[in-house]
Amino acid sequence: MGRYVVRRLLQAIPVLLGTTFLIFTLVYWLPGDPIQALAGDRAVDPVFRATMREMFHLDEPLVVQYGYYIQGILSGDFGTTFRGLPVSTIFEGKFQITLNLAMMALVIEAIVGIGLGLIAALRRGKAADTAILAFTLLLVSIPTLVSGFVLQLVLGLQLKTSTGIDFFPVAGTSEGWRSYLLPGIVLAGTSIAYLTRLTRTSLMETLRADYVRTAVAKGMPRRRVLGRHALRNSLIPLVTYLGADLGTLMSGAVITETIFNLNGIGRQLVDSVYLSENSVVVGIVTVLVLIFIAANLIVDLLYAVLDPRIRYE
Amino acid sequence: MKNPSVDTHLLPADSGSIGTEPLLAVDNLHVEFTTRQGVARAVNGVSYALNAGETLAVLGESGSGKSVTAQAIMGILDMPPARIPKGEIRFRGTDLLQLSEAQRSQIRGQQIAMIFQDALSALNPVFTVGWQIAEMFRVHKGMSKKAAYAKAVELMDRVRIPAAKQRVNDYPHQFSGGMRQRIMIAMSIALDPDVLIADEPTTALDVTVQAQIMELLAELQRESNMGMILITHDLGVVADVADKIAVMYGGRIVENAPVHDIYRNAAHPYTKGLLESIPRVDMKGQELYAIKGLPPNLLDMPTGCAFHPRCPFRQDDCVTDVPALHEISGTRSSACHYWREVLDGTAG
Repeated sequence: MGRYVVRRLLQAIPVLLGTTFLIFTLVYWLPGDPIQALAGDRAVDPVFRATMREMFHLDEPLVVQYGYYIQGILSGDFGTTFRGLPVSTIFEGKFQITLNLAMMALVIEAIVGIGLGLIAALRRGKAADTAILAFTLLLVSIPTLVSGFVLQLVLGLQLKTSTGIDFFPVAGTSEGWRSYLLPGIVLAGTSIAYLTRLTRTSLMETLRADYVRTAVAKGMPRRRVLGRHALRNSLIPLVTYLGADLGTLMSGAVITETIFNLNGIGRQLVDSVYLSENSVVVGIVTVLVLIFIAANLIVDLLYAVLDPRIRYE
Repeated sequence: MKNPSVDTHLLPADSGSIGTEPLLAVDNLHVEFTTRQGVARAVNGVSYALNAGETLAVLGESGSGKSVTAQAIMGILDMPPARIPKGEIRFRGTDLLQLSEAQRSQIRGQQIAMIFQDALSALNPVFTVGWQIAEMFRVHKGMSKKAAYAKAVELMDRVRIPAAKQRVNDYPHQFSGGMRQRIMIAMSIALDPDVLIADEPTTALDVTVQAQIMELLAELQRESNMGMILITHDLGVVADVADKIAVMYGGRIVENAPVHDIYRNAAHPYTKGLLESIPRVDMKGQELYAIKGLPPNLLDMPTGCAFHPRCPFRQDDCVTDVPALHEISGTRSSACHYWREVLDGTAG
């Protein structure tokens, strides 16, 4: 097990180099002059421009620039922005916010998605099943912009004015974990739909398995057949989906963060792309890739816990 | 589902007719499946009886209804799509079909147990074999975890799994095919059932292991005097262990006979075909006999005798009249209009 973890971590190195190089190249090719972007419409002093280009190695070939960047990363330095701020100070607090948001979304997704999926599978072909499937269709069809504002209006404002219940903050992060409830629901929306359908299919497949028939033939009560014999087997594919979804949730949080005024990494990423802040964009992507790799590693280790047929040497 | 006329006390020991009533009796059982294409009549009036200590072999090809009958006895058919429009399954005199689901699950596993064909898929891959055997004691007998595991080791010893104590915490995939089937057997006999249904228990195993498993089953049966229903399509497996044979075709029993009688001479053309298609050493070099044609389509059964399209001795009335199960002797019957001719070899 330990050796497996080490091997997986070593495998992460080429993945990390590849993804950062790809992003670095894409940003390098972006049209526009980042130094000009600092000055807006005004003309830039040629001496200043030359100094800046020298300082940020902008005249070096792509590979050399990338080499400088990696060199910095290896010594724990994410570089500085063209405005002179260390990239790490820009990151400060923002990753935490996005991670909180993604985690909240993941928890909501897991509870609602798996819950609805189980109900649908057990009530297959009945009204509840049809209703849940229709609901998932609705979830995928509603854009984040619509669901975000509607939830802010209904749960955030109207609920408060009509009943006095003030439980769902509509913006900012001042209310602790509750601040993430509404944005979490919005962000989880589409994923809930997918997870519901995945759970439904997975459990239905498991219920047809021979070992479930065996459990019934052993005279096990229905609750035990479902809860012990079927459930654990049907969870295996869901864990994969949830693990991979953490990365998607984190990188897909831009619109949600904007609607709910959360100062997270998604908004920073978009801003930095506009400003051609090379080092910030690549830095964010690097950290996201690291989170992705870590999430996948955890998923693979969870696999071995859920399914004894999988053993890592 | 619940029938108020049934005593809620499960299967009272003195059900009155115990002297004449067999341990398990299937009586005129019908099972049908609703499919998109129509209603498939998988079982059409099957009756058989089993006494304690007796082995009944139910023989037939795929789709003959032998497994469906067994699943109806266990109560593990998916209903719907399955339906039991007619028939009784009496266990110690009580009709199982009239019991509530809760009452039936008290009988399942404890009094009537079942072994399945493919032990790898029939055992749960994510639990240890010890857990799966011990579960019987923990759920049905309320035993502590420790006591239940001790019982599991005992059972694994009894079905002769080497080093049971070390292997009790292994998972099904860590065992060989034969060992897995032994675990399946250990699980099924855990609570000393009165009836054991073995649905093709050796089909997935290689020949040497097949013999060992059959031997083990026969031995366990002798020790505990349970009744056994052995479902198979393999006549070779049957000869040594069975007391009597029921041959099924198209959801009906076509021949009932004590095992030795049937090997001597068949009273139904289908049984005769089965016997002739067994490879024999003294027939080496000759072409192996095969019953021509295909098994009947359950959605569209042939008129008259279901076997008539494949029967070498077919007469005109076979196409129109469904043959009744004619009694030949006290222990033997055949569902062929011309059983006399088949029996003495003058048919066709």
